[in-house]
Amino acid sequence: MALNGIQIFKMTPKTNCKDCGSPTCMAFSMKVAQGAVDISACPHMSEEALATLADATAPPMKTIKIGTGDAEYTLGGETVLYRHDKTFVSRPRYAVGLCSCMEDADVDAKLEGLKKVDYERIGEKMYVELIYVNYNPNNGQDKYLEMVKKAAATGRTLVLGCQDEAVAKAALDICKDAKPVLNGATAANAEAMSKLATDAGVVLGVSGADLNEIYDTVAKIEGLGNKNLVIDVTGADIKTTFANAVQVRRAAIKDEDRTFGYPSIVNLSRVAGGDKYMQEALAALFTMKYGSIIVVDEMTYAQALPLYGLRQNVFTDPQKPMTVEPGIYPINGGDENSLCLTTVDFALTYFVVSGELERSGVPCNLLISDAGGMSVLTAWAAGKLSSGTISKFIEEQVKDKIKCRKLVIPGKVAVLKGDLEAKLPDWEIIVAPNEAVQLVKFLKEMNA
Amino acid sequence: MPFNQKPQKFNAKINTVTIGTGDKAIALGGESVLPFYTFDGPIENAPKVGVEITDKGIDDSVPGIKAYYEGCASVADIAKKASEMEGADFVVLSLVGGDPNGDDKSVDDLVAVVKEVVAAVDCPLVVKGCANVEKDAALLPKVAEACQGKNTLIMSAKEENYKTIGASVGLAYDLNMGAESAVDINLAKQLNVISTQLGVKADKIVMDVGTAAVGYGYEYVVSTMDRIRGAALSQDDATLQMPIITPVASDAWSVKEAVASEEDMPEWGPAEERGIGMEIMTAASDLVSGSNAVILRHPQSVATISKMIKELV
Repeated sequence: MALNGIQIFKMTPKTNCKDCGSPTCMAFSMKVAQGAVDISACPHMSEEALATLADATAPPMKTIKIGTGDAEYTLGGETVLYRHDKTFVSRPRYAVGLCSCMEDADVDAKLEGLKKVDYERIGEKMYVELIYVNYNPNNGQDKYLEMVKKAAATGRTLVLGCQDEAVAKAALDICKDAKPVLNGATAANAEAMSKLATDAGVVLGVSGADLNEIYDTVAKIEGLGNKNLVIDVTGADIKTTFANAVQVRRAAIKDEDRTFGYPSIVNLSRVAGGDKYMQEALAALFTMKYGSIIVVDEMTYAQALPLYGLRQNVFTDPQKPMTVEPGIYPINGGDENSLCLTTVDFALTYFVVSGELERSGVPCNLLISDAGGMSVLTAWAAGKLSSGTISKFIEEQVKDKIKCRKLVIPGKVAVLKGDLEAKLPDWEIIVAPNEAVQLVKFLKEMNA
Repeated sequence: MPFNQKPQKFNAKINTVTIGTGDKAIALGGESVLPFYTFDGPIENAPKVGVEITDKGIDDSVPGIKAYYEGCASVADIAKKASEMEGADFVVLSLVGGDPNGDDKSVDDLVAVVKEVVAAVDCPLVVKGCANVEKDAALLPKVAEACQGKNTLIMSAKEENYKTIGASVGLAYDLNMGAESAVDINLAKQLNVISTQLGVKADKIVMDVGTAAVGYGYEYVVSTMDRIRGAALSQDDATLQMPIITPVASDAWSVKEAVASEEDMPEWGPAEERGIGMEIMTAASDLVSGSNAVILRHPQSVATISKMIKELV
């Protein structure tokens, strides 16, 4: 149960020593109750008080780290069920699935294929972060270990799907330094697997026949002192998997049931294997609702472009607008002699405007200056988009690179035309229509 | 100790709106749980999938769509073929040719197309305007007249023209009205309030709260739908309990990822596959956010989304 500030205050030394950074013990307690400060910031708490408090003030969902170095990812740590309530913090990570039941050639093709997806979108690098390597006992240990070696050589973080203790140990010997996930604990092998994962220092995945069995297994492993876990919520079919994913997350966050306060694994190869379109639909579904590691058969650009775009949108902080880097964006093969248009750096505005410009087919340059991530009118009202900011940007970053001297400004800030003409005397200032959707017609007529 | 399952019960529900007549009529809404949360309670009416066609004939920009309608000589043929698509629950006729900045077809011409389609299909019909508020105000009342008795859903009533459209669609012909707003819970609510004040029955209103393709400001869509469903179910806000219909195709098939040719973007692979991906993922996301119906174009997307709905409900 969560404690309030007064209950926490009773356990503090009440000396107001300020060692924690807060002015008084009471102020510190209030902050801890709100989750703004961790209890460990106070160096004078008794062991007993710490133990009581650590449990009570722990976040509802644990933050779990997997992988190392550049390939380290943070999962979980969510505090809300809906992004508008605050924000989501840990985006889901996608894994391409391999199985020791596959032919070598297929495995090589998949490993090559997943490397192809590699691009940047609004400052975020998009690629397949994880590889899920599944062990099928019918194909023997050697084949599996070869596959683990191959997958590890890609530098991606691995998720080892293996419930056989001896095989899992051998696989961990190959790759444990890269901090893979060992997705192998069940009701039957919980103790042995937990020891294996703890000894290797890796995160353990827990699965079971239904939510009750998973719940008991997690509780048992927590009892052994291992709280470095993820929960494989994949059920027998799509419906059960969705029900599991939602109920595990909801129990953790809404009902503060900490036994389910772990990130999830959703294995789409198991519930929709071979149906790539169904996997597309489900990858989106579980990105929206509560998948942390999502396993798919393959990831091509056709799947990655919409999926990573969705993830980028859903996992933005509602309090911080998405922005694009200021700069010159050539469109339709625009060069130094092409028409220039300008708008703000708010990502949504940029996408709408650049999309319409692309549709027009007219070669041009879209000039994006820093407008604090606001839309055109808001930025104008806040003084972030003015004749001053536009002319400064053009003087400093555009005029030496672009020879064309025609600048189109958004229709909503037509009022800036006169000032801009005064500040940029060698430029012709043209006012665009009010709405981006009218740009295609506008540009075509201008070119005619 | 087993897991203590705590179902989320709401003492409110989404209105049920029936579209079409006879055996093939569909019902949207009626649930008192969040989308696909069958573990909390039953979902009476599974979400539905519509197939979009236009007055302009066969969409020949996408090979798979073109091939599906091959041999269709008229919009009526196309509509019939669309109604037979695997997974299709209803047909959506989009009167894009009426756009004054485009083909600018006359109201009479478009109404003639509507009449042809009404005669050709026996599945529920949804008609969308041309996105120009003045033209739609002149066009859609005539469309309503042509659809009388068919319990059609006429979309595209916006704040600027809901009076003319609502008076005809809702009051004169007792059809269903689609109230269109642009990704904002307050605008959606306001349009419902003024439409019902005008006299349109609440159980004859379906909301089109807008969407975007995934990746294109989709976070606003998620939060708008999440909040509308939250208000409808947990706060029992009767002015937001209308079912939601979402036109996915027009957004999904117009973004760069769907239209850039393979010649321009060789590493991206075939454009059609990217368009299908956009359409499927946007539709799946809209449905799990609270849409009771989605409007799609590609036969593959229609089949997949309809199968996903069957798996989940």
